[in-house]
Amino acid sequence: MSKKDEDGDYNPYASIDKSAVVQEARQAFNETTINPRRCNLVLNKLLFLLYSGEPLGTTEATETFFAITKLFQCKNITIRRLVYLAIKELAKVANDVIIVTSSLTKDMTAKEDMYRPAAIRALCRITDSTMLQGIERYMKQAIVDRNPAVSSAALVSSLHLLGSNQDIIKRWVNEITEALNGKTLMAQYHALGLLYHIKQRDRLAVTKLVTSQTKGSLRSSLAYCNLIRYAVGSMQDDPALYNELLQFLDLCLRHKSELVVYEAARAICSLKNVTNKDIIPALSVMQLFLTAPKSIMRFAAVRTLSQVANRYPTAVAVTNIELENLIQDSNRSIATLAITTLLKTGREASVDRLMTQITPFMSEISDEFKIVVIDAIRTLCLKFPQKHIVVLDFLSAVFRDDGSFEYKKAIVDTITSIIHEIPAAREIALNHLAEFVEDCEHPALSARALHMLGRLAPQSSFPSRYVRIIYNRVVLESPIVRAAAVSSLAKFAVSPNSSNLAPMIIALLSRCLHDTDDEVRDRAAFYLRVLSSDEAHVKSFIMSDLPYSITALERSLVDYLKNPSATPFNLKTVPLQAPSAKPEFSKADIMAGVVPSSAAVAGSAAALAAAGGIAAVGGAAGINLSAAQQQDRNAARLAAHPELGQLGPLFRSSKPTPLTEAETEYVVSCTRHIFSRAVVFEYELTNTLNDQLLEDVKVQLDCPDGFIVRKVIPAKSLPYGKPAFSYVVVELPQDPKIVSGTFSNTLKFLVKDCDPNTGEPDDEQGYPDEYLVEDVELQVSDQVVPIEFPDFAAAWNALPQDSEVSDTFELASMKSLEEAVSTVIGFLGLFSCGRPQPNASKSAQALQLSGVFRGGDQVLVNAKLLFKGPGEGVAMQLTVRSSNLQTSEIIASAVG
Amino acid sequence: MEKQAVLGGRRVPGEVAVVAEASLDLQPATQPLPPRADAAAIALESQSCNWFSGLFSKLWSDKEVRILILGLDGAGKTTILYRLQVGEVVTTIPTIGFNVETVTYKNLKFQVWDLGGQTSIRPYWRCYYANTDAVIYVVDSSDRDRMSMSKSELVSMLEEDELKDAMLLVFANKQDMPGALPPAQVSEALGLSALKNRTYSIFKTSAVKGEGLEEAMDWLVNNLKTRQ
Repeated sequence: MSKKDEDGDYNPYASIDKSAVVQEARQAFNETTINPRRCNLVLNKLLFLLYSGEPLGTTEATETFFAITKLFQCKNITIRRLVYLAIKELAKVANDVIIVTSSLTKDMTAKEDMYRPAAIRALCRITDSTMLQGIERYMKQAIVDRNPAVSSAALVSSLHLLGSNQDIIKRWVNEITEALNGKTLMAQYHALGLLYHIKQRDRLAVTKLVTSQTKGSLRSSLAYCNLIRYAVGSMQDDPALYNELLQFLDLCLRHKSELVVYEAARAICSLKNVTNKDIIPALSVMQLFLTAPKSIMRFAAVRTLSQVANRYPTAVAVTNIELENLIQDSNRSIATLAITTLLKTGREASVDRLMTQITPFMSEISDEFKIVVIDAIRTLCLKFPQKHIVVLDFLSAVFRDDGSFEYKKAIVDTITSIIHEIPAAREIALNHLAEFVEDCEHPALSARALHMLGRLAPQSSFPSRYVRIIYNRVVLESPIVRAAAVSSLAKFAVSPNSSNLAPMIIALLSRCLHDTDDEVRDRAAFYLRVLSSDEAHVKSFIMSDLPYSITALERSLVDYLKNPSATPFNLKTVPLQAPSAKPEFSKADIMAGVVPSSAAVAGSAAALAAAGGIAAVGGAAGINLSAAQQQDRNAARLAAHPELGQLGPLFRSSKPTPLTEAETEYVVSCTRHIFSRAVVFEYELTNTLNDQLLEDVKVQLDCPDGFIVRKVIPAKSLPYGKPAFSYVVVELPQDPKIVSGTFSNTLKFLVKDCDPNTGEPDDEQGYPDEYLVEDVELQVSDQVVPIEFPDFAAAWNALPQDSEVSDTFELASMKSLEEAVSTVIGFLGLFSCGRPQPNASKSAQALQLSGVFRGGDQVLVNAKLLFKGPGEGVAMQLTVRSSNLQTSEIIASAVG
Repeated sequence: MEKQAVLGGRRVPGEVAVVAEASLDLQPATQPLPPRADAAAIALESQSCNWFSGLFSKLWSDKEVRILILGLDGAGKTTILYRLQVGEVVTTIPTIGFNVETVTYKNLKFQVWDLGGQTSIRPYWRCYYANTDAVIYVVDSSDRDRMSMSKSELVSMLEEDELKDAMLLVFANKQDMPGALPPAQVSEALGLSALKNRTYSIFKTSAVKGEGLEEAMDWLVNNLKTRQ
């Protein structure tokens, strides 16, 4: 121990024991004559325990607390101040802490200045709304006290109390305003903050506060900074004030405190629709800060600039010279931000120079910074597609350096984006990707790159080159990568561009049958079997994804195995999974810089998982994970009611539709679950009245003709704030052509008034009541799952010709072609194959829609839309094919 | 109001004091110090750094006398405390919790705890009973309606083991108010005559006038000396 003492890092409290301290406190504090030295030590030990998070039980805390109250007899200032601290800490757990109210009130009004601020803080900590009125007078006095510490303590404590005591503290506005106009800087800052929080909910009052203070004479720079923030809020709330407050911000740019100057400049940069002209003065300020001697100023400026550069690259470009100097800054955070800003503001001509500047820099910064830089490079490349060669060269160079998984992933993400967004770069990027695969030490990334190569390399000009590289992986890599390579190889055999390689691929796959890993062998055997099949549509499975959620498929298979039956397993019983519209983030998002690197790959996560060997089929489903989870959650909720289990497999569930406003007494939303012969209306109910308990809550549903209510499952009890579910099962009409309708809902329930605090009902009886909510529509789109067919024409021809229904419609109310297109797609709920491209005249458009109807029938739609001119609407010719005529008729009639 | 001023009388009525002294006689010998204080002193001695203070705490001259002022809300406890301490009438508000002050009287130091009398605060009185030398029980003599409530609080307080050695001073306060009961009647209403094994006395006081307090303190000092 003596050695530790010498070292100076010996903590005298390190080995203290909680119960010993509590015991010691009780002894020392309860003495008739206090020994200040001893109590001082005990209090310090106790505070050490409390601050280091040692939990105290309520009894223990209360006993200790009462022992501490005995110390009020001691006039020692140090002891008293320690007592305040202990009170504040113990007030969180101990009971009956109000017992020190009088003593603290006395101290806060005492002559001893050492007591007063701390006493105020402790007092406000033990005070609740009922007690607050008792000390209101003293608080008001303290707010306007001449002693700045007292005034600040009162103001800040008021802010802490504000949450549950709005009404009382509102009465102190005069005193707070007096403090705001007083001489003390810190009190000004606290008073302004408090006033703002009091008025926060009242937009007009905030505006008044802001406008009056911008003309006033605030002297505290901290208060000024807050005022600037409030002003920005007011400018966005009330456009009428925009110019006036912008002038104020402009004026702040010439304030003598650099804190205020920076805050104002940052505020101007953050304004949503600030014009180039208005932002220039702010940027000049930032430019000045870039060369400031204090690194904090440089950092603040470059950070703000890097954000503004997303929106105003040209305006920020004036600071490029300063930014380039900052690349050499000894502070690596500043240097990184300078680089990323330059990447955003750089002109096409300067890209090459920038890349050479960055290359040596990359080895000096940590991986986190590297990821930031890589993200910026991606944005740059998408902005200047011509420069993809230099960017890709750079990426391939940095990929060879050592780095974490996250960093390497960012690089692969960037290459993926480039492949998707810049067609011209595809071949080169694929080349680089192939090289990456050879160097990559992360199996998951290799697997992903292999998947990518499998999808795109067959269409390249030299597919055979990639086959060689991919097959090398089978020889050299770990099982995960080998399996991914096998899946990738198979794709070359079926792609039209590289089908001449098929015999070689089959030879290679046959060799994989001797692999030591089960997964690799399984995949090879599977692909060999599929490739030897003569049926074209079987082969298409290799290229395209299964339209099922993997978990749903698994659940269906498990169910099937539980109940053995003579009939083979039918894929139609598996709920379909709509392909996510676009797995990657759109180019626009990336350009705006809103996509953090980690999120940008979420869409590709499924591809990774599949390539990692989860799906034996080998096709990576581009599923939207959250949608899949949502569907699983729906299914799990329904499974909780065995009576719903007899309805057969769930086809799909709609998104919840709100049937009430969000702020009503009872909030209701409705989800439609579609089964092949029935629909289940699921109502999510929320009771927002804390003095009511609802019981036996059910929905009375009035159905259109043909629909029959089969079952009503009420929510047994609906306490305040806890959502519950109620169900209505409706059988679909016998006439298969009736598929849609409007259902009106009435909520019926038993109300029991209850205590808002405990939730216990006041009486047992209760009374029945009802509540009308909005109607719910059952639409065709609820009963259709949009599915993408990779080859629309082939699928169209595969469907029986006699199922075709054709009709012409007049969409008179449509004002434009785009409106008509989105309405039709939305109405039918089908997948739109290919991007809708209007033809040259922009007055006509063809649509190809695909999906599956309830029951499992494929539905394909060919539509031709013609815009006849303003006021005359749109004409549409609709041709529907499906597995049977009836379904085609249903879809066609849905539009009519 | 001023006409109600209480004139000179010391112990009122005389019999009460006799009873008190008689009861004192029943107890063998006067008790020097509350046993707990002794225990604490020994505990202190065990710590070498506190040796001196431990030594001194045993000496009468250095020892503070611990007094509680109790009574129903609005009886005038806080006013009495500050009248004793600074000799002036201060404006008071209902005491949420307690006030504690050091009062010096005739070279003796008193540590006086004035505990709030509101119904919600009364349960906490017992947290402060330990090591108490004397209790000043204050009664609003003009509040006839709550006399019985005052009695039951007094009785249950005196039953506490921690207070079995504490002297009791009852202040029939607010004698300046019209309709104030004389001390004899207050004594009767509180059932003081039934007290056993208790050194006690009742005084007619007016805290706002400052009357009767000095007599009470003199009585207390004398009795403390006798005990020693």
